[in-house]
Amino acid sequence: MLWKTTEYSGWGNALTATGDIARPERAATLARILDETPAPAFGNRRSYGDAALNDGGRAIDMTRLDKIIGFDPDTGVVEAEAGVTLTTLMRLFAHRGWVPAVVPGTGFATVGGAIAQDVHGKNHHAEGSFGNHVKSISLFTNGKRVTASPTRNKALFRATMGGVGQTGVILSAKLQMKPTPGTAMQVTETRLADWNDQIDALTSSTATYVVSWIDAQAKGDKMGRGILEEAELTSADAPAPDRAKSVPVNMSLFSNGLFARVFNEGYFRRVPATGRSSVKRLEEFFFPLDKIRNVNRLYGKKGFHQFQCVVPLDAIDVLEEMMHKVSRSGLASPLAVLKRMGPDRAGMMSFPMEGYTLAVDFPNRARATKLIAELERMTAQAGGRLYLAKDSLAHGDAIKAMYPDWSDWAAEVAKADPDRTMVTDMVRRLKLRG
Amino acid sequence: MQETWIILGATSSMARAFGRALAERGATVFLAGRDMEDLKGAAVDLAARGAARAEAVKFDARDPGSFQPIIDKACATEGTINAAVFVGSMPPQDEIDRDPALIEGTVIDSYTGPARFLHLLAPEMEARAGGTVVGVGSVAGDRGRIGNYVYGSAKAGFATYLAGLRNRLTRSGGHVITVKPGFVDTAMTWGIEGMFLVADPADVADDILKAVNRKKDVIYTPFFWRYIMLIIRAIPERVFKKLSV
Repeated sequence: MLWKTTEYSGWGNALTATGDIARPERAATLARILDETPAPAFGNRRSYGDAALNDGGRAIDMTRLDKIIGFDPDTGVVEAEAGVTLTTLMRLFAHRGWVPAVVPGTGFATVGGAIAQDVHGKNHHAEGSFGNHVKSISLFTNGKRVTASPTRNKALFRATMGGVGQTGVILSAKLQMKPTPGTAMQVTETRLADWNDQIDALTSSTATYVVSWIDAQAKGDKMGRGILEEAELTSADAPAPDRAKSVPVNMSLFSNGLFARVFNEGYFRRVPATGRSSVKRLEEFFFPLDKIRNVNRLYGKKGFHQFQCVVPLDAIDVLEEMMHKVSRSGLASPLAVLKRMGPDRAGMMSFPMEGYTLAVDFPNRARATKLIAELERMTAQAGGRLYLAKDSLAHGDAIKAMYPDWSDWAAEVAKADPDRTMVTDMVRRLKLRG
Repeated sequence: MQETWIILGATSSMARAFGRALAERGATVFLAGRDMEDLKGAAVDLAARGAARAEAVKFDARDPGSFQPIIDKACATEGTINAAVFVGSMPPQDEIDRDPALIEGTVIDSYTGPARFLHLLAPEMEARAGGTVVGVGSVAGDRGRIGNYVYGSAKAGFATYLAGLRNRLTRSGGHVITVKPGFVDTAMTWGIEGMFLVADPADVADDILKAVNRKKDVIYTPFFWRYIMLIIRAIPERVFKKLSV
């Protein structure tokens, strides 16, 4: 059958939708669907909230349209269908000297999804966002196929990078990969005693890949403590992979405060006080949680919300106050990261801005949603913004105020999809299309 | 070692995943099927994934004239010649009940077409004293059931053919693997009621490649289908005939 009626959700499992999903395996099948009943597309649904959902409507699962269309070993340009995952690109091309220039924290993200959210990675401060390395895209928009690039159909291109799928269905993209001397990472881990340590370390690090884990349960003197990870691509030999693990059923470990505190203490002490340096496999460094299948089940049946904001450099005090609120609440899961961001972004609705970005997971509970609302208010006050790939709770007015190019984007989207065929739950919730 | 694979029915998602696994180990792959546009795209995909060479070739189980050119092409390469058969067709049983003429096509697609192809290929494999044939059957071939016994009987015939071919090719150092997949998450099973324990095509392809490396004779994939079918085969016929499993 072409359409399957099913309930589905984003990665956070807190929001769900029911509707008809098609999962074409051939370009010809997709072309027929788009001619007859155009609908929003999704990849592996690694966005946490409702960006990929269309309750009561149709949606197209692009994950089986995952062919490599071309690869030039001399230039490192790869052309891939939207459903190709970033971990696939890494596996296929790293040993031939090329890696995707930007990858987010999960390798299951698809090329189409990475464009639709203009994702960033641990090298954002140095190398920009995913869309900064997209040479061109093929887009099904307003009934036809169109090529868009930074120089051709410019406005459409900028509305599509980070445009949460609203300009049309992303069919394929040409990506400039970056050269790598090998298939491993040289990783240095350093303990950070408190918040000031965090900010100093993130500000002064000169590494290409920098991210910091933050103990979002630590209070008092220890507030903000964590572990700085700095890394570079290396030609050193990578260790053999561990066996894949899986979380077989929903269990609420990560939503348990005591578990989080104990876990964090152990995670912090795992790195010696003097720090350590090691060689890791690319996947182990970039996608640490991907080796545990269904890791999102650790939040239990009710799911979770991830809060991720970025605030400008000069609003660091507000971020510190936010972190105090998080740690005092005792609600945060062990998965919390802090990172310095650079100014580069590829689209009108792209998340990045120069500053600091904080991401914290919370269980889907009333007290957590109240806290998140407070954190959102503080983000707005600081002149920062929220990440649409993570959001599941915000309100439209607040979001629009955070994105200065929003009205340009909405105008471009109105041209690209006049019949509103690409509207999703997120777009309805945030009234992004006006 | 240089290896050449002919993949019959290469547009199916199981075949596509198997082809990719072969490409990543540097094989030469001929992608045989009817949808040339899709196969040409798949050939480019396999080449980018590391295949020594990948080429789309026209194959139609119902047109024996399409067989020999494929075999000639594959035999023009060095090294071992191998084949993997993913073809088959499964019209819904109720459509067959209304139009029994559909039986012949089902049997040709799922059994006699690929058998005839393999029969043309076998002397070449014997001449090269090696090579592997992967024949994808189905758990449906293990016992006739009301839901799909025409397709099931074709796959049963194919399984018996593969057993005989195994017996033959062993003498010249060749090998034949019979693969019996359970439910696989493909376009064919998408949205069909009553599917359970559905396997990812990439996992099935991994299982097949492992079986190739280890020279297994008959595999079920995922493995637990061996036990499910053991139970289903153990039910006495006088009971089974009243069931609708």
